Amino acid sequence: MADYSSEEFLISVITGLLPEKGNAAVGAASPVPGSAVLLKRELTGGALRASLIQGTANNPFTDGGRELFDAAGQGRIDVFFLGGVQIDGQANLNLVGTGAYPALERRFPGSFGSPYMYFTVPNVILFRPEHTRRVFVEKVDFISAPGVSPPDVHRIGGPKALVTELCLMSFDRDKGRFRLESVHPGHSVEEVRDNTGFDFDVPDNVPTTAEPSDEMLGVLRSKIGREIAGTYPDFAERVLGYRAEMTA
Amino acid sequence: MTDQTDVAALAEQVPDGALVALPPDYSFVPMELIRALIRRGVKDLHAIAVPVSGMAADLLIGAGCLRVMEAAAVSLGEAGLAPSFTRGVQDGSLTMKDSTCPAIHTALQASEKGVPFMPLGGIIGSDIVKYRNDWKVVDDPMGEGNGRILLVPAIRPDVAFVHAPLADRHGNIWVGKRHELFTIAHAAKTTLATYEELHDGDLTEDPVLSAGTIPAMYIGGLARAVEGAKPLGLAGSYGADMDHIRAYAKEARTQEGFDAYLKREVLGGQAEAAS
Repeated sequence: MADYSSEEFLISVITGLLPEKGNAAVGAASPVPGSAVLLKRELTGGALRASLIQGTANNPFTDGGRELFDAAGQGRIDVFFLGGVQIDGQANLNLVGTGAYPALERRFPGSFGSPYMYFTVPNVILFRPEHTRRVFVEKVDFISAPGVSPPDVHRIGGPKALVTELCLMSFDRDKGRFRLESVHPGHSVEEVRDNTGFDFDVPDNVPTTAEPSDEMLGVLRSKIGREIAGTYPDFAERVLGYRAEMTA
Repeated sequence: MTDQTDVAALAEQVPDGALVALPPDYSFVPMELIRALIRRGVKDLHAIAVPVSGMAADLLIGAGCLRVMEAAAVSLGEAGLAPSFTRGVQDGSLTMKDSTCPAIHTALQASEKGVPFMPLGGIIGSDIVKYRNDWKVVDDPMGEGNGRILLVPAIRPDVAFVHAPLADRHGNIWVGKRHELFTIAHAAKTTLATYEELHDGDLTEDPVLSAGTIPAMYIGGLARAVEGAKPLGLAGSYGADMDHIRAYAKEARTQEGFDAYLKREVLGGQAEAAS
């Protein structure tokens, strides 16, 4: 097994969750999900489309800021990524801040498009590396986007999985609960429990998350560094060892 | 024909208390005009970010020009939290109307069409709805069995701000594929634009450029501002000055630090002359 960095490992975990075809969109400031989508596109020979909204590289949108949302509303986006300052056991996301709204103790940027993408994209992958009780709380202080909805609210989309630095969880929308799927190498179920503020289902046998293969790491470093450098040059160089050629 | 003027004169056209539309930081923000607005001492603005903002909103907030901020998010992106925004919300001096990207786009599209509101899927169950007493959740009025749906009222800005890579002598401006700028120009009562370069000819008659051109009928004032988006970038011309933005993010963490930045980078000679 080859050496790999924590970011390369997380890229590999997310890549394993992506479908063989369809359209995966990636929001701003998301180099790890962006690299995973570009890697999966490469591994599927282009059957999975990559639609990055930041920058110009791998950004197919030509109709302004609303196009991503209109496309999602029509069902043209199959996969999207969301995170949160806080995430709770019902997969409610808080991107607004902690404390009592509106005069919050700590204000964060805001909800962006989360309460729309969460309803319209069938496969939303939650990505939040920091796995602590500060992030994974029993109940979020502000619901930017609800994890589940009552039957009289039309909803196609929602959370499918949660990837952190400790583990991979799935989300059951009917039960409104997370389930531990695997624990990353070097970590334990107890460690996940100790650092999670909400209750979740744990199967009798929890496997260890698969490590990236040499082949996957080879493709990632040789081809995806160059691709992701078009959007995140610093990340491409620091994580994937790709330095853009300087052209005079 | 749209009158050509200078940036300071454009800033004079923005009344105190106006509802102003700000493009997102990646989309042709007229930062020189924002600085001119601060120099003119504009007050009580209600800013609507389309749908997010960063440097533009944060400078206006720190300089005391804004009373209300409406946005899906305010952030300096990779440079981190927007310091004046964060401080203003936490100390209660700024009223923040939290929204979400598609609600802002949809509300502007309602104004484009001249209708009082538009429906929007999703969103219901978000606490954003709870705190927005201008939004309404209704049963699908068409009776199609889709359950409840959100209605957002039209947003009609008094003034939209745009920095265009190109303008022509007829008052047309070219913004390429940044179509959210079309939306704000259509929705707003008027648009004040700065531009980088003068195009020799009529942009609406050029078969390639016309598709990215906002025609003069929407433009209420036009002034040339070379490098007018800096320290933000202008796609195709120059990149954002990330060192400047990161330094700002650090310096403006305190109001004293912000004031020092403002005096040095915005007020400049004016501050010297006034003292």
